[in-house]
Amino acid sequence: MGLGSLASRTLKSSRILSSQYSRFRPIVTKPGLQSPDASSAAAAAQPEPTPPPPKKPVGGARVEFTNPDDAIEVFVDGFPVKIPKGMTVLQACEIAGVDIPRFCYHSRLSIAGNCRMCLVEVEKSPKPVASCAMPALPGMKIKTDTPLAKKAREGVMEFLLMNHPLDCPICDQGGECDLQDQSMAFGSDRGRFTEMKRSVVDKNLGPLVKTVMTRCIQCTRCVRFATEVAGTQDLGMLGRGSGEEIGTYVEKLMTSELSGNVIDICPVGALTSKPFAFKARNWELKGTETIDVTDAVGSNIRIDSRGPEVMRILPRLNEDINEEWISDKTRFCYDGLKRQRLNDPMIRDANGRFKAVSWRDALAVVAEVALKVKPEEIVGVAGKLSDAESMMALKDLLNNMGSNNVWCEGTGTSPNADLRYRYLMNSSISGLEKADLFLLVGTQPRVEAAMVNARIRKTVRASNAKVGYIGPLTDFNYDCQHLGTGPQTILEIAEGRHPFSSVISNAKNPAVIVDAGIFERDDKDAIFAAVESIAKKGNVIRPDWNGFNVLLLNASQAAALDLGLVPESSNSIESAKLLYLMGADDVNLDKVPADAFVVYQGHHGDRSVYRANVILPSAAFSEKEGTYENTEGCTQQTLPAVPTVGDARDDWKIIRALSEVAGICLPYDTLSAIRSRMSTVAPNLLCTDEIEPAAFGPSLSPDCTRKVDSTPFKAAVENFYMTDSITRASKIMAQCSAMLLKK
Amino acid sequence: MLARLASQRFLEIRQAFRLSYQHLDTPDNNPDLPLEFSVANKDKVKEILSHYPSNYKQSAVIPLLDLAQQQHGGWLPVSAMNAVANVIEVAPIRVYEVATFYSMFNRSKVGKYHLLVCGTTPCMIRGSREIEEALLNHLGVKRNEVTSDGLFSVGEMECMGCCVNAPMITVADYSNGSEGYTYNYYEDVTPKRVVEIVEMLRRGEKPPHGTQNPQRIKCGPDGGNTTLLTDPKPPPCRELDAC
Repeated sequence: MGLGSLASRTLKSSRILSSQYSRFRPIVTKPGLQSPDASSAAAAAQPEPTPPPPKKPVGGARVEFTNPDDAIEVFVDGFPVKIPKGMTVLQACEIAGVDIPRFCYHSRLSIAGNCRMCLVEVEKSPKPVASCAMPALPGMKIKTDTPLAKKAREGVMEFLLMNHPLDCPICDQGGECDLQDQSMAFGSDRGRFTEMKRSVVDKNLGPLVKTVMTRCIQCTRCVRFATEVAGTQDLGMLGRGSGEEIGTYVEKLMTSELSGNVIDICPVGALTSKPFAFKARNWELKGTETIDVTDAVGSNIRIDSRGPEVMRILPRLNEDINEEWISDKTRFCYDGLKRQRLNDPMIRDANGRFKAVSWRDALAVVAEVALKVKPEEIVGVAGKLSDAESMMALKDLLNNMGSNNVWCEGTGTSPNADLRYRYLMNSSISGLEKADLFLLVGTQPRVEAAMVNARIRKTVRASNAKVGYIGPLTDFNYDCQHLGTGPQTILEIAEGRHPFSSVISNAKNPAVIVDAGIFERDDKDAIFAAVESIAKKGNVIRPDWNGFNVLLLNASQAAALDLGLVPESSNSIESAKLLYLMGADDVNLDKVPADAFVVYQGHHGDRSVYRANVILPSAAFSEKEGTYENTEGCTQQTLPAVPTVGDARDDWKIIRALSEVAGICLPYDTLSAIRSRMSTVAPNLLCTDEIEPAAFGPSLSPDCTRKVDSTPFKAAVENFYMTDSITRASKIMAQCSAMLLKK
Repeated sequence: MLARLASQRFLEIRQAFRLSYQHLDTPDNNPDLPLEFSVANKDKVKEILSHYPSNYKQSAVIPLLDLAQQQHGGWLPVSAMNAVANVIEVAPIRVYEVATFYSMFNRSKVGKYHLLVCGTTPCMIRGSREIEEALLNHLGVKRNEVTSDGLFSVGEMECMGCCVNAPMITVADYSNGSEGYTYNYYEDVTPKRVVEIVEMLRRGEKPPHGTQNPQRIKCGPDGGNTTLLTDPKPPPCRELDAC
C-alpha cells in the first residue's frame, strides 16, 4: 500500500534530471584534455551546483523527539537530518523523505529483516545494510540511490519473483500489490529463472481469509501480527529454505477478532479477503472516508464502493483510536447492508400483513395516531446505530408532543446523563497506553470493543501492565487475573480486603474500565459508587491522569447521553400507546401493551418489525452523513458512500417530515440547521475529531444508599459477530459465528 | 471405478500434505491423544531444563523434542509436540516450527530401526546409491516408508563425517525407548554387508558398529598403518652450540 506513489516519484525525479541536463551543453570537456593552466582555471570557474531542497518526511509524518538532547544527525543522500536516538536507518530515511522499499518491515510489528529489500549503502560498510534493522549511528552517511543499492534491490526482486506464480490476472491483490509496485519501481526488466517454480498447499484459515500460499513471499508479517497484535499464536513458519510455508500446522482456523487485518498486512496476494474474492479491482472502487458504527470505538474506515454497492471496508489510519487495524465485524459486516433492507414505507393492514404505501400515507397514519394519544403515552427509543442528528430530532419531536420518555438502547431505563465522566472513557483510547494497571469491571473488551482490547494488549506487552478482571469466565489474549464474578469483589477491593487493592495502590497510572452493561442493572448506582471509592483510594482520578473509564457498547450511546435522551419514567414502555422505535431492535418488546401503535423507523427488517404497525425505511450508516460520538467522547462524522436503498430517507429528515404532517413542525430543514440545534444542547458534537473531556469529577456524584446485588456480571455481548441489525443480516457474519466462535 | 479414482486421488492429496508441512489427524496421531513424558524421562526433562536460564525455557525445545522422539519410538506425534510446548510454556505453533525445520525430527512413523544412508558426495562416489538400492530392494519399501512388521525404514541423511570410511549408514535404534536409544554408524558397508546387518538387527542381535571392514582399525588404512610405525625420531642434535 502506498508505494505506487513511490513509483511515480522516481519517474518524476528522472524527468527533472533530464530537464536539468538539457540546459547544459551535451559536449563536456574533460580536465585532462585541456592545457594544464586552463584546466585549473576551468575548475575554479565552474559554478557550485545548487543543492536540491530537503524533502519532507514520507507520508507527511511528524517526528516526536522524546528527549531533544538525544537527537543525532545522519546524512541521507547528502542531506543532513536530525533523528531521535534509537531510530533505524530506514526510519531516518523516511524522515529525510526517502521511501525505501520493504516487504517484511512494518512500523507496528517487530523487525524481522528477512526480505532484504531495504538494503542501502552505508559509507564505510563493506556490505549493503538492511536498513530496517540497523540502528542509525551519529554521523552515518546513508546512500540509497547508488548503483550498489539499486543492484541489491534488483537482485532481491529477482529472487522474490523466482518462485512467485504468474497469478496477477487472477490475484485479488493486483493493483494494490506491493510486489507489483516495487518491481516496477525497483526491479529489473529481465529475469533468468528457467527452472520449475515451487507450489505450496493452500491452508484453510476460516471464512474470512482466503489463502493462496503459493504466492507467499515468506515475509512473516502475518506471523508477527498474530503473535504480537492479535495475541493468538496460530501462524508459524514451517519448514526451511525454499520449501518454507506459512501455516498453522494443525487444522486451525484463525479465530482472532483481528484476523482480517492480515489481509491488509500481507504485501502479496497470499492472504486476501474471502468474501471480496474476485469481486472487484481496486481501481474501480471509490473510497469514502467514514466511521464504523458496529461498536462504540468509532474506528476510522474507508468504504470502497462501486456504483451503488459497498464492495469492501478497509481501515484508515487514526493513531488515537484504531491505529491501522479494524475488527472483523467492522470489516465484513458490509454484506448485511445489502440484505433484509427496508426500502418502502409499509403499513400493517387489518390482516396483519404489511402493505407498501407512499410516504404521504405512512406519515399521515403516524401523525393521526400521535395526535390522538395522550402525551405521557408516547415513548421513543433510539437505536444502537442512530446518529446524533436523528436522536436530536427524535427528542425534539417527542418533547414537542409533550412527552419526555425517550432513551437510547443500551443505556438502560434510568440512565444518568448529568455527569459525563460516568459514561465516557476518560483516559481516551490512546491514553490507555500510559496505564500500568487495568481493572476490568464486568467488561470483556475483546468482544465489546476489539480496538480497545488491542490497545490494552499493546500496553500489557510494552510495559508488562497488570490486568485484573471481574466478570464471567472469558479468555483474554493477554495475561489477566480473574478476581471474581460479581459486584461483591468490587466491594472487597474497595474496602481493601482483596489482595488486588494493594496492587492498585502501588500502580502509578491505574485504569478502571467499567462496562456499559452495568447500565441495565438496578444496582448500577451502587456499583458506580463502589468503583469510585476504589478510584479515590487508588488515586485514579488526578489532574494529570484520569483512569476512570466506562466502555460503551453502542455507537449511539455517548451522543444520546450527551443530548440528554433520559426518560422521565423507567417503565414508560408498559403504558405506551405510541412507541416510536428508531432503529431499536434490542428493546424488550414483551411489556408493550397489545394495543400500542408501534412505529419502526430503520434500515433492516430485524427483530422489531415483527411488532411494528408502520415501517418507515431509513438510511444506514454508509448512506448518510451523520455525527457519532465514540466511547471516549471523540465526535466523528460518517459520509455517504453509496446511495440509499429504495425510498428510504435520512432518519432526521423522516422525523422532520413527520413533525410537519403532525402539525408541530420542527424548526430545521437542513443539515446545518439541525447541527446548530445540536450545538445548543451539546456543542462538542460539532467539533469533529476532537475529544471533549468530562468537566467534573466524582466530587459531584450523588451519594448512593442502595446496596449492590450479589448477582454476578453477565456477558454483555454473547455473539461477537452478531450484535446489531446490520451484522445480523450479514451472511459473512453468520458464517463466522457458526465456524469461529468457541463452542 | 470412480470411487477408486477418488480414493486414489485422496491418498495422493494426503501424500502431498505429508510432504508439505501440514498435519492431518489420524486415529493414532491427533491432538486429543494425551501424551506425556514417561516417569523416567521426567527427571531427564528437569535435567535438560536446568541447562538453560529459567526465563528462557524455550531454548530447551530441541533437546526436549529429541527426548520425546526417542520415547515415542522414533517419531513425534502432534500430542508429543504439544506436551513439549506445555513443558517450555510456549504456544504449540512455536514447537511445530522447530520440529518442521529440522529433518531429523520425524513427524510420521518410522521403523524401530531407522536406517539412514549418507548420500553426500564422498559417500556417493563410493557407492551409497547401491547401498540404498540394496536396502530398499531387500526390505521391499520405498524411502521413508516403514516395513509391514514395523521394524525398518530407510531414509537419506546428510554427511555424517565418515568420509574416510565411506559409504556408511547409521541406525537409529528406537526399539528400547529412550533408555536404550542408540545412534550408531556402520561404515565401509557393502551392499551384501548392509543386508547382513539388517538381518542381524531383525534377529535382535547387535552388530558391531564402526567400520565393517575387518582389515581396518577405525579410520586407519586397510591392512594397517603405513606411516607412523615407530616412535618419533629424536631431533638431530640436542645442543645447538655443538651442531
